[in-house]
Amino acid sequence: MLEYTQRIRDIARKLLEKGAVDVFIGYKKGSVPMMNEPILIQDPTEVDLLHWDSHCGLNLCNYLTKRTDRIGIVANGCNSRNIVTHIIENQIKREQLYIVGIPCTGMIDHRAVKRAVANREILEVKEENSALTVIGKGFQETLNKKDFLQTNCSVCLHSNPVEYDEMVAEPVREQENLSPFKDVEAIEKKNPEEKQKFFTQLISSCIRCYACRNACPLCYCSTCFVDESRPQWVGKSIDPIDTMTFHILRAYHCAGRCTDCGACERVCPVGIPVRQFTKKLNKDAHELFGWEAGLGSDQRPPLDVYRVDDYNDFIK
Amino acid sequence: MIKKVFSKQDWVKVLEGLREDFKVFVPVKEGDLHNFRLLENDRKPSFDFQNSRLSPKSVIFPQSERMFEYSLEEGKEDAHVIKEAPKDFSPQVIAGIRPCDAFGFQLVRINFDNPQYQDPLWVQRMESTTFVGLGCNEPCASCFCTSVGSGPFGEKGLDAIMYDLGDCYLLRSITSKGESLLEKVKLGMEAEDATVRKALDLPKAAEKKIFSKVSTDKLKEKNVNELFNAPFWERVSFSCINCGTCTYLCPTCWCFDIQDEVSGKEGDRIRNWDACMFPLFTLHGSGHNPRDQKFQRVRQRFMHKLKYYVDKYGNGVACVGCGRCVQFCPVNIDIREVAGLMNNY
Repeated sequence: MLEYTQRIRDIARKLLEKGAVDVFIGYKKGSVPMMNEPILIQDPTEVDLLHWDSHCGLNLCNYLTKRTDRIGIVANGCNSRNIVTHIIENQIKREQLYIVGIPCTGMIDHRAVKRAVANREILEVKEENSALTVIGKGFQETLNKKDFLQTNCSVCLHSNPVEYDEMVAEPVREQENLSPFKDVEAIEKKNPEEKQKFFTQLISSCIRCYACRNACPLCYCSTCFVDESRPQWVGKSIDPIDTMTFHILRAYHCAGRCTDCGACERVCPVGIPVRQFTKKLNKDAHELFGWEAGLGSDQRPPLDVYRVDDYNDFIK
Repeated sequence: MIKKVFSKQDWVKVLEGLREDFKVFVPVKEGDLHNFRLLENDRKPSFDFQNSRLSPKSVIFPQSERMFEYSLEEGKEDAHVIKEAPKDFSPQVIAGIRPCDAFGFQLVRINFDNPQYQDPLWVQRMESTTFVGLGCNEPCASCFCTSVGSGPFGEKGLDAIMYDLGDCYLLRSITSKGESLLEKVKLGMEAEDATVRKALDLPKAAEKKIFSKVSTDKLKEKNVNELFNAPFWERVSFSCINCGTCTYLCPTCWCFDIQDEVSGKEGDRIRNWDACMFPLFTLHGSGHNPRDQKFQRVRQRFMHKLKYYVDKYGNGVACVGCGRCVQFCPVNIDIREVAGLMNNY
């Protein structure tokens, strides 16, 4: 995916120079390994700051919410699906956007890479085609990128953008014959007590920093329910019940909207696999409504539409 | 001054033994990361770490703490009387704290324990705590402690310090508190001169490994309004998602919120960590929010650490260079770069 960088820069320069967009949103190479920083470019002479590699796992759609200018933005499969969701939910207008489509080969799970080198400090990660070279003090190891994808990427069925104005390269082949919900199925088999135990353990190290919520483009409410004070729906301490309330309600607010981009999980400072909450709801949306979020702006999301073929009897 | 050498196995036994007289907090490996936890029967200390994910500030200043309790039951004699909730200020040890984090407690002292105000919870916990540091033989690439008044073997805020000599630890007392702790310890041997010399060579070698440098020398002379109105804040803050990662991981972020939580007729007054990155932090009762824009909140964090603190206390910056926010900011806002922008503005 490295060759995309030059194409992104060229497109951004062209768009900014001819005034087709006011700003361009992409990634800048980060100051620490396996980390890139979202960046807003206004000046065409600065487009060389733009960068693309397998560490662009944040969701740039987050930065579009309620903007009023004309925006160029890079978008891979999941990011483009979030842009579509944003359009459906009236957070941005399609005509404001120039979407630079990225055929994605998946993002790297930075925790898995660290684990592979026994959590020794990594000073540099180089990427070349399908190989990652991990360099630290006194060690250098080469890993196969496809073995270190974020778990959401390893089961991704929409690597190519669903909505774009221009692609940086030919579409990649979509993955096939995957079982994206194996982990959810294992949890579904548990009895209620075991489920309670599983999720309680899962979030036991949560510090309520809300990085998961804030990294998510779906969480754009001007005041989140956890921040309401009149009434206060949920306590603000690290009481396990309040913390669980936050996580479960956050996930429910994403039902039928989540694209499984993995940003929430990527950013957690204490490594909680928070997608275990949202994935069950993605599975339900798929099984009950045949729905995957953000595949097209011509369909309303299942939870805000009346359909005669709804699986519930009471609605008929 | 006591200088004792312990084999690594003996040192763990020492910590186990200290549990008779102290609550002992140690770094514990939890999955891929380390955090400080109370040493209990089913927990093992693990000193094989660069730094804990969270600073151990919660040992002194818990993320959530029940300060007071009260009853709203009208029939009760003490209805509506706010009473101090039971607390444990018994002696405790933090063993293996990194020098940067120990220095952090000294920087925040000016907030919790000054001639005007003394926070009784913070002060009593500090008094009851013995800080046993672990010098950093291998500082992280994101560490910049030497730029901000500390160092990989800095002794500020420590009662004793551990030198990792490979197969053993040299423990050296720094304060009388540290000395009395080491006097209690039965195991270990008096350190020989050669061992002490070997240990004392470690700091220099470690300092040479720190290649992150941050300039803070010109911050004091900067005009506060000019820095406040500097054009770079919008740009610095663009990527910020306003989460609490930087503040909650930070050893010097001290802000808190006090909340009443009532269940039925019984209530608790709880103090929780708060973060200047959250819009709610500055929301007034009137509905007005003086920092309702993201760039204002990001600016506040950096101005507080690198300018207001500097100006108000003349005590350097409110940062110990632990590098946690650099490593774990979800969007890679790097305080080293921001400090540079401010210092060179």
